[in-house]
Amino acid sequence: MPVINVDDLTDLDKAKMEVTQLKVEVKLEREKVSKCCEEVMEYIQAGVEEDILVKGISEEKNPFKEKGGCVIC
Amino acid sequence: MGEMEQLRKEAESLKDEITAARKAVQDATLQDTVSGTVVVSRVQLKTRKTLRGHLAKIYAMHWSTDSKLCVSASQDGKLIVWDSYTTNKVNAIPLKSSWVMTCSYAPSGNMVACGGLDNMCSIYNLKAKDGNVKVMRELAAHTGYLSCCRFLSDAEIITSSGDCTCVLWDIETGTQKTVFAGHTGDCMSLAVPLDFKTFISGACDFTAKLWDIREGQCRQTFSGHESDINAIAFFPNGNAVITGSDDATCKLYDLRADQELITYQDSSIMCGVTSIAPSLSGRLILAGYDDFNCNIWDSLKAERVGVLAGHDNRVSCIGVTADGMACCTGSWDSFLKIWN
Repeated sequence: MPVINVDDLTDLDKAKMEVTQLKVEVKLEREKVSKCCEEVMEYIQAGVEEDILVKGISEEKNPFKEKGGCVIC
Repeated sequence: MGEMEQLRKEAESLKDEITAARKAVQDATLQDTVSGTVVVSRVQLKTRKTLRGHLAKIYAMHWSTDSKLCVSASQDGKLIVWDSYTTNKVNAIPLKSSWVMTCSYAPSGNMVACGGLDNMCSIYNLKAKDGNVKVMRELAAHTGYLSCCRFLSDAEIITSSGDCTCVLWDIETGTQKTVFAGHTGDCMSLAVPLDFKTFISGACDFTAKLWDIREGQCRQTFSGHESDINAIAFFPNGNAVITGSDDATCKLYDLRADQELITYQDSSIMCGVTSIAPSLSGRLILAGYDDFNCNIWDSLKAERVGVLAGHDNRVSCIGVTADGMACCTGSWDSFLKIWN
């Protein structure tokens, strides 16, 4: 696969590439923003209870717990 | 009309069509959708570990998929693989070039990669039979600095470069399989989703692009930022992308709606975003900034709900473990901190 050196492309090449790319993007089928927002919200809600950074974790279950002092039982 | 002028007109017309198509599906805003949701309560994460050992600025870090080991790259010319539970250094790998800007841990845990101003991506085998970590491949072809790299597997890696391209490499043969051209500014960052079929890149042309790996094609381009995009990540559902920019904002773009859903900004924040990572559920977005802090955003309500303050210099990199247990920040102050 040849290297595409952006410095070697002429302005005309770049303009043609841009139009070719835009023709691809214009054809995209777009979903309704309302549906996408609902899905983002649902995904988060489904996982947030297990999200340690949101809910926290008990000292004993925390693999990064700070090394404590000695305890004599 | 000259050909150049014709092409310019055609481009403008197509851009107008895309803008109209995006508007046509804009039947809601994220803000309205979440109006009934309460902001998460204040997030106060503590530094649980400080990883000390680098002697100069840390530019990058990446977690292993085991959520325990991680690799960091510093301009002291070293890659260090850390056991974050114990803070022990598992490997300290000296680099040929100290001007490193990125590092990556292979999903298998067998390899790490790095690169920077040497324009190359160097692959290191961590599991060599003699126990010595050495360079396995040097992937050279970029004509600009290596800004980011991410393994797809032990056989393939994707790189982004200051030469405005991203490249998919065959590690075994050391050759380029696909060149992804289209950005008109330095590519600064890239991210790969869990299905490894696409990747996203953020660049100094202020846009983010979604690429189809096998087709070698750009599928979508996202605009809106007013300056370089330095950091990019997939939202955990794989259908959205978060970006961080020198314009001091982060944005959430939805891939299927093909547009921005929301911007994370505050008038008091005036410095660039260097790094970004979502929490496990996506409810939090952690972003590192030039002002030495990391801000934690409620992704739905777009409000700042916490700050990670503890570094004495720019936060250059951030990563959340695959199991969501903790996040790691790396800084120009030469330390990495683990928070949860």
